[in-house]
Amino acid sequence: MNKDKRNIMLTLVALVVLFGVACFAQTEIDSYVRRIINLCLIYAIIGLSMNITNGFAGQFSLGQAGFMAIGAYMVGIFTVPVNLRADVFYATPMHPWLVNIYIPLWLALILGGVLAAVVAGLIGTPVLRLRGDYLAIATLGFSEIIRIVITNATSITNGALGIKNIPPLNDVRYIFLVTAISYIIITLLLNSSYGRAFKAIREDEIAAEAMGIGLFYHKNLAFMVSAFFAGIGGGLYGALLGTVDPKNFLFTITYNFLLIIVLGGMGSITGSMFGAIIVTAGLEYLRLFDEPLEIMGVAIPLFRPGLRMVVFSILLMICVLFWRHGIMGTNELTWEKILNFVKHPLAGFRKKGVQGK
Amino acid sequence: MEIFQAITNMTAVGLAQHMVNGISLGSLYALIAIGYTMVYGILLMINFAHADIVMMACYFALFGITTFHIPWYLTFVLTIALTALLGVTIERAAYRPLRDAPKNSVLISAIGASFLLENLATYVFTGRPLHFPDIPFLSSMISVGGVQIQAICLFIPIVTVVCLTVLLHIVNHTKTGMAMRAVSKDYEIARVMGVNIDNIISITFAIGSSLAAIGAIMWGIRYPGITPYLGVMPGLKCFIAAVIGGIGNIKGAVIGGFILGLGEILIVAFFPQFSGYRDAFAFLMLIWILFYKPTGLLGEKTTEKV
Amino acid sequence: MKMKKFVSAFLASAVALSLVAGCGGGDKKKAEEKKPAAAATVKVGVFLPLTGDNAGGGELEIRGIKLANKLHPEVKGKKIELVIADNKSDKAESANVAARLIEKDKVKVILGTYGSSLAMAAGNIVKEAKVPAIGTSCTNPQVTKGNDYYFRACFIDPFQGTVMANYAFSKGARKVAIVQEVSNDYSVGLAKFFIDAFKKLAGPDSIVEIANYQTGDKDFSAQLTNLKAKNPDMVFAPGNFTESALLVKQARQLGMTIPFMGGDSWETQDFLNVGGKDVEGVEFSSFFDSTNAATPEAKKFLEAYAKEYKGEQPGGLTAMAYDCYLIALAAMEKAGTDDSQKIRDAIAATKDLETATGKTTLNADGDPIKSAVVKTIKNGKFTYLKTVNPEDLKAQ
Repeated sequence: MNKDKRNIMLTLVALVVLFGVACFAQTEIDSYVRRIINLCLIYAIIGLSMNITNGFAGQFSLGQAGFMAIGAYMVGIFTVPVNLRADVFYATPMHPWLVNIYIPLWLALILGGVLAAVVAGLIGTPVLRLRGDYLAIATLGFSEIIRIVITNATSITNGALGIKNIPPLNDVRYIFLVTAISYIIITLLLNSSYGRAFKAIREDEIAAEAMGIGLFYHKNLAFMVSAFFAGIGGGLYGALLGTVDPKNFLFTITYNFLLIIVLGGMGSITGSMFGAIIVTAGLEYLRLFDEPLEIMGVAIPLFRPGLRMVVFSILLMICVLFWRHGIMGTNELTWEKILNFVKHPLAGFRKKGVQGK
Repeated sequence: MEIFQAITNMTAVGLAQHMVNGISLGSLYALIAIGYTMVYGILLMINFAHADIVMMACYFALFGITTFHIPWYLTFVLTIALTALLGVTIERAAYRPLRDAPKNSVLISAIGASFLLENLATYVFTGRPLHFPDIPFLSSMISVGGVQIQAICLFIPIVTVVCLTVLLHIVNHTKTGMAMRAVSKDYEIARVMGVNIDNIISITFAIGSSLAAIGAIMWGIRYPGITPYLGVMPGLKCFIAAVIGGIGNIKGAVIGGFILGLGEILIVAFFPQFSGYRDAFAFLMLIWILFYKPTGLLGEKTTEKV
Repeated sequence: MKMKKFVSAFLASAVALSLVAGCGGGDKKKAEEKKPAAAATVKVGVFLPLTGDNAGGGELEIRGIKLANKLHPEVKGKKIELVIADNKSDKAESANVAARLIEKDKVKVILGTYGSSLAMAAGNIVKEAKVPAIGTSCTNPQVTKGNDYYFRACFIDPFQGTVMANYAFSKGARKVAIVQEVSNDYSVGLAKFFIDAFKKLAGPDSIVEIANYQTGDKDFSAQLTNLKAKNPDMVFAPGNFTESALLVKQARQLGMTIPFMGGDSWETQDFLNVGGKDVEGVEFSSFFDSTNAATPEAKKFLEAYAKEYKGEQPGGLTAMAYDCYLIALAAMEKAGTDDSQKIRDAIAATKDLETATGKTTLNADGDPIKSAVVKTIKNGKFTYLKTVNPEDLKAQ
């Protein structure tokens, strides 16, 4: 009990400190770095949302792009100032029912999440009976269907022309708060009896069912919660970029998040955060591979645009092959570990060494 | 109502043309779907990289003819050999180390391999479309009573049937085939019975990739714009075709390919206003089949073992 | 087991090598940064899709910019250094890259990009940072509208669509079918304005069919068979050159002899390569007449291109990218190289600038006012047919 209280206090203090850092970043750091930080935070939400189904409940779903699209379009359609809408819908006028409805960003985010969850609930009923690869390909199919519908529903979504003029949100504080709230809610959920049920399903469906865990109910719950947060993440993504269009949400974007949770550890909350940071910042770091390189005045023809992605995919493969459990595995970075580390910086390693022998 | 109107409006020639289009697209899907289904049958994993193996095979054939000036028939043989080698290499590098890992890890590795091939192709060949050379005779057009058929389209179903027959023979009547079936039925028991699992899997990949190469050559002649991303959508659709037919079942993959190809064409033919939703058809079909008959049309029923 | 060890050793050494090379590159770069400070260089940011779906377009445009840099390497005695960044055909990357160019590389002007949605993602960033950007081929009107810092060298969709509608009507077409790439904003935009203008000219029933396909599709036979049954006088099929070449090819294979029309994206060597004989006689709007240089600058561009890329004809995309560079260069000549606000004003005031595609004047939105050229393909060459001036259009 005492320990729990200490942990909660520590978490709160950490959140306040981090929020302070976010405020500092907002005013002191240039917009490029801020953008990367924001993207890390948004990808962390979406990565964690994907981890709920894939890592915790063990259901391999590849539908994140579709749910993101729903959230992003909710923000795109309703937060564009009413007087700027005619500019956006210059080809096909916006549907008259929608044209005067304005929703503030926070509400649009929540509604986008709710709508994504509702859609997930509808999809989940047939799809979650499937397992493994079948589930993967079916959810991927649904995310493509969502995208195709968005492309063709011109009077609501402006189709391929996309929506511009979304009030831009390059605000670390706002995005940090949303991320923090999402993480707290998901952590509470995963530490509750629901979370334990998810893990039981992951480990062995048949055994879980025998223990009296409602398979369908829990799988669907995980799927909907995952969609909800993917929707919120998608909404933030749309707001950060200030524009959305259907091509953003091709199923290939889902692979980004898959990569994040694989790197961070399938089934680790803190791991998703680390994964998001490593992938997003890492891709930016690798940019130097795209720049021409001269060694002693001789240009090396190998270094030209495109090399970055090759190196990135090789690193990804290495990680998948030799480092299968990612950074965290299914473990968490807890306060105990941090405190232990602070007290005995090398204890953890020593212990591992002993075990190894 | 509308469908009747559409049918009555359509002339016999128009309908025949649609059928020809559908069958030629369907047989292409079928050819590539066999590769998916073979790997799945044995390893129980979606080889996401299969689509990109198809793409690489297109480039092999293209460069063989244009850059190295090898006669086209020789190039095709070389392409098949090279692609088989590529398939086996990918298996060795990306899947074999994960043989004892959970299934999801292998799936992720497959996605990674596909990602790597696409990026590598963009880097080496650039993103600009390249023209697949015209092959004498095969690229020419034949007109039968107002219906236009590309010679290759007559050829593709034949190739598909030949491949299917050869494959069925290998699987059902050779020792290797027996070993393949054993591995696919029960991996552990097959190993205990002395089947060299690694060899069998390599052979499976070699055969699957050769089929991908044959499919790629046909694909290149029929749709001669070659880009690094050309495999992505067709790859997904072919996998869906394999699922529709019952994954792991070679005949099923061919049937699924035809259903998907014909269905895609006919949906545009009868409902032109929904042509924008054409790609959605494959996915709807997939979900429908998984809902009503999750094992596919020809698949066997399996029960989960504890 | 041996295999595994070998593979892991190989991969590990590959990574180690690449990391060393990468870091080496970084250090080298820093060293370079110090050196040019003395020699006084001006950095111009370029962001284009060099990987991903749009890599083909980005590749053609980078040529134009590099060529322009080669011919005009200096401004006010300072060397111009291009900072080229890849936006991976991805919106989030596009925004990152634009911010990176501004904040990290401190460029004063940005050129790019292919693809309107990629440009729009960078729009807010250049607006906030007050650094001007010139779009190479982002034709969606939303890119420059309401954004004082985004300009472009290419036409906008409404103009081009209207030009082609008027042209089709003047050629006697009364029944037209449309094939559009429904997931591509360029194609949808062009088709939309073509339809509006053509309906005004030839009556509300003049569009007999609108068929859709998705980016990346390879098989258009179903859509084309439907179209053939409707027997239109002409088909308007704007879209990416990869898909369009296959589309026209398949139409000819189906025995359709009716004329096909498209937009400026068709003017690329790749369209000719893939389409071959089948694209003979198609008509499309373009920016310039590449056989007949309109200005001395155009002549320079055409000669340099012929020398650099033997056997290829310069396409619209390359010329547009070349123009972008020239617009930026002229603005820096006028306003100096330090203050991006001044450069912006100079770009906005661009008037009768000699560029590769003729004379360029930018309007209040930042879009060029220039006449369009209708071209065809004859004997595998882009051939000039007609010039259409903005004021000649009957139906806007």
